[in-house]
Amino acid sequence: MEGDLAHIGAGLAGMGTGIAALGVGNVAANFLAGALRNPSAAASQTATLFIGIAFAEALGIFSFLVALLLMFAV
Amino acid sequence: MASEAHTEEAAGLVFHPMDQFKITPLFGGDTVNWYTPTNATLWMGIAVVVIFLLMVVGSRGRAMIPSRIQSIGELAYGFIHKMVEDVAGKDAAPFFPYIMTLFMFIVFSNFLGLLPMSFTTTSHFAVTLVLALLVFFTVTIVGFVKNGTKFLSLFWVSSAPLALRPILAVIELISYFVRPVSHFIRLAGNLMAGHAVIKVFAGFAQVAVISPLAILAITAMYGLEILVAFVQAYVFTILTCVYLKDALHPSH
Amino acid sequence: MATEAQDAAHGAADAAHAATGSGMPQLDFSTYPNQMFWLVVTIVVIYLILSRIALPRIGSVLADRQGTITSDISAAEELKQKASEAETAYTQALADARAEAQKIIAEAKAEIQADLDDAVAKADAEIAAKAAESEKKIAEIREGALEAVTEVAKDTAKEIVAAMGIKADARTVTAAINARLKG
Repeated sequence: MEGDLAHIGAGLAGMGTGIAALGVGNVAANFLAGALRNPSAAASQTATLFIGIAFAEALGIFSFLVALLLMFAV
Repeated sequence: MASEAHTEEAAGLVFHPMDQFKITPLFGGDTVNWYTPTNATLWMGIAVVVIFLLMVVGSRGRAMIPSRIQSIGELAYGFIHKMVEDVAGKDAAPFFPYIMTLFMFIVFSNFLGLLPMSFTTTSHFAVTLVLALLVFFTVTIVGFVKNGTKFLSLFWVSSAPLALRPILAVIELISYFVRPVSHFIRLAGNLMAGHAVIKVFAGFAQVAVISPLAILAITAMYGLEILVAFVQAYVFTILTCVYLKDALHPSH
Repeated sequence: MATEAQDAAHGAADAAHAATGSGMPQLDFSTYPNQMFWLVVTIVVIYLILSRIALPRIGSVLADRQGTITSDISAAEELKQKASEAETAYTQALADARAEAQKIIAEAKAEIQADLDDAVAKADAEIAAKAAESEKKIAEIREGALEAVTEVAKDTAKEIVAAMGIKADARTVTAAINARLKG
């Protein structure tokens, strides 16, 4: 029974990765919008873009990790 | 055990997405002592050999017009050198070999881990934890050695209203200690997730009807994983540079 | 057959899981010291390889190449300078030659003009002289003719008078003729 609950929890936690994907898409979309408005400044900001994407997706990875822990470690 | 295998066969699908991360001793035996050569050791060694071939053997000609391998080595050198200079500043030059070491190890571990039947060392928390802690301690020690107690001004946001500063200091302090955590979980989590997903699709490929779809999905995931392998190494390195910049120039 | 072997392997894996009490190899803390030890060894080896051999070598190669490129560019700049100088000299020489040619042409023209003028003047003089001579001759002829006319008229008049049987004084006839000619 406890294992089943853990699996349900893992599924719920796994949703977090999808929500993080929204965040990553948001970062990339806004970067693209800004880059199209001012293309000359875009090249210097790619590092910032990657940092932003990394922070956004790190949280998705956290929820994925929680899902894995519930699946395998509980 | 037999009954368990039986139920799995009855279900038709066998998923073992985490088996690929198992650490086994190379030369038999069950116990993993701290000195035992394991498959992790083997792939770390392969990474060292590949880096040696690329950076040392590839550039042994010191050619004015570089060969292909030398070009790749020079590309990696220029890439990281520019990143260190642009992000961490000119005075971060002494840390260039250190950051280069981190980048080369991570990028080659990631790419070697994409070979079929290989072992991804950077998908293990033990490995990324050590890497992240190395960065954390380097940055903290460098910050205090270079700036003394002024390094603490990193947490004291002087541009904020005075009443808010203690609260901001607590937040900054927490975020400073969360840095290595997100640093190590991001790298290992990304790689683990990608490899596990590929393994799950490989499990679906056991069913004849959907196996073409599954193989297509594996191919697509593999392409994404190649991107992730590079981007994660890049992100790890550039975040190291950002933290190093904070340590060298703590004032906001 | 293969699946059986696989299942057996999985069974062993499950046994290992059971032994460590964790399904995630990442959370199997018994392997941590091993990985950490070999990772530190790896990092130190890579650091030594890179910092002692590879990075100084690649850095020097890149610096050399940068130096070569810079010196090549400056050499090219110099050559370009020289080329433009040569072009200027060439243009100058061309302009000089053109001016020289213009001068020579002008001189030749002037010389020819002078010669022409001389010849024209000479011809004019000759023509004038010949014309004067001819006029003189014409005048002489005219004079001669006038005299002859007078003579003929006198003779004719004498004859006519004689034929008419009138004895006329020669002097009177001459006077009459002269008067008539003048009239």
